[in-house]
Amino acid sequence: MANTSKGKLSRRALLAATAGAVGAKLLPAQDSGTKDPTKVQGELARELGERSRFEEPRRTFFSSSRNASNTPLQDLEGIITPADLHFERHHGGIPEIDPDSYSLLIHGMVERPRTFTLAELKRFPAVAMTRFLECSGNGFRTFRNPDEHKEETVQQVEGLTSTSEWIGVPVATLFKEVGVLPGAKWFLAEAMDAAVMTRSIPIEKGWDDALIAYGQNGEAIRPEQGYPARLFLPGFEGSSNVKWIRRIEVADKPFMTREETSKYTDPLPDGKARMFSFVMDTKSIITHPTYPMKLDEKGFWEIKGLAWSGRGKIVRVDVSTDGGRHWEKATLQDPVLPKCHTRFRFGWNWNGEQATIMSRATDETGQTQPTLSELKQVRGPGTTYHYNQIRAWTVRADGSIVYGENA
Amino acid sequence: MRLVALAGLVLGLFAQDDGETGFGFGREPTEEEIRRLDIDVMPDGTGLPAGEGTVEKGRELYYQLCAACHGVTGTEGPNDVLVGREPRDGFPFGREPGLRKTIGNYWPYATTIYDYTYRAMPFDEPGSLEPDEVYSLVAFILHMNELIEEDVVIDKNSLPEVLMPARDRFVPDDRSGGPELK
Repeated sequence: MANTSKGKLSRRALLAATAGAVGAKLLPAQDSGTKDPTKVQGELARELGERSRFEEPRRTFFSSSRNASNTPLQDLEGIITPADLHFERHHGGIPEIDPDSYSLLIHGMVERPRTFTLAELKRFPAVAMTRFLECSGNGFRTFRNPDEHKEETVQQVEGLTSTSEWIGVPVATLFKEVGVLPGAKWFLAEAMDAAVMTRSIPIEKGWDDALIAYGQNGEAIRPEQGYPARLFLPGFEGSSNVKWIRRIEVADKPFMTREETSKYTDPLPDGKARMFSFVMDTKSIITHPTYPMKLDEKGFWEIKGLAWSGRGKIVRVDVSTDGGRHWEKATLQDPVLPKCHTRFRFGWNWNGEQATIMSRATDETGQTQPTLSELKQVRGPGTTYHYNQIRAWTVRADGSIVYGENA
Repeated sequence: MRLVALAGLVLGLFAQDDGETGFGFGREPTEEEIRRLDIDVMPDGTGLPAGEGTVEKGRELYYQLCAACHGVTGTEGPNDVLVGREPRDGFPFGREPGLRKTIGNYWPYATTIYDYTYRAMPFDEPGSLEPDEVYSLVAFILHMNELIEEDVVIDKNSLPEVLMPARDRFVPDDRSGGPELK
């Protein structure tokens, strides 16, 4: 209180505090530049918060084409992904949409075609749900040749998954409003991006738990997540959750768009390809300790990670610290929600020898993650999408960690 | 209708005199508003507009608008490979890693080429092509894939008739959770 002789901050003190804040931001000192925080007044309230300058979580790009970015899973706690770190995947870049000129058209096999403004969508009773969203291509980097990706972070190998609280109007409410006709089996969801992205969705999903979401983690959806409104389909592969949605057409057949025929289909070993493979299988990944961390001493280390399933709740996660020979039950951290990232924890006393750590999740339908060879046996080594095999990290005797089962 | 009525009861709302139910939000779109947005094309040809295209005109447009991204022969990229029939037998994409999926060896419906090209291409000016131009580009792409002869005219009647090699290769999702790995 040295600067407040009359019980409030003097103008000089205020300016000094402001200058300090700006200086700290523009001129990161060679040392950390911090003073004893008990001997100097702190910064004043701000209109918009920002992370500590000592924390720099960043998305990383999937490829040089920058049509995707990965969530820094290694930097996150709990289950919520901050909206600005939610993974991205775009098929025509991020459109800029004025919410005042936005509207959603619903037509086709309905009694009453309607167009809704954003304000009208927000007048309907809203629901909120905390759910994961994952790209069905997540994990493709390590499916074919895991040993070629040893020195990669969990963000690089598995970062196309995130969890948010999504807020919006149930598609079922809108279906009732427009009067979906008997015989309707599918609906087309269409975006207003440069790809005018389209996917056909089974009508049952619309009646079940689909949302037209306009909120994400307490605020408006971010532009890269579909501002001002997107389709959100809990448990379904990311690309079917059409962002920037402008149109729903109800029909009795699927539309067979480019994305659901030539792209997001899964070739199988019997000369067929699975299509409309929407649901994300049971999966988990250890996020800590992982490459490039180094364990600097023997003793207690907490193994932490995320588990999720597109069919419901995670009921169990087992962890192995000996390459899959023995498994022990991990602790699931509250809350354990359906179709949502679930945080698991496992206390481990590292004895200083090389160890391969793995996690294996089971969901409420009884689906357990397969090994990589089991998955390749059933889906084929050339398959694409939906890679939910057990993942491993190997801790070497020197404490360094690499991706995969081999040091 | 049962669901609509039920929703009305649960929410304490009741059918209005004109028989409508629900909240009454939103407005009825005009036919023109629907027509402007309703650009999708289905495998049976529903949604295809009037107009036609030829391989010859398509070739010219392709070199001008498409070759920079997809290659002069449609095989060399740098973006998606459009042309190629190999492997011709067995659809071995699940068994053999690294095979290139092309329109000729993987796309099940020719109508999808029209739908996608019209809505999203060319990359630097998406949605700028007229139906005749799209029909012509589709004709040239099909011809490069050895699926139609040079003199075939592509329009809303002929396009759905083009049988794609991968047509019968797709099966519905049979996964349903539980212990069995599928």
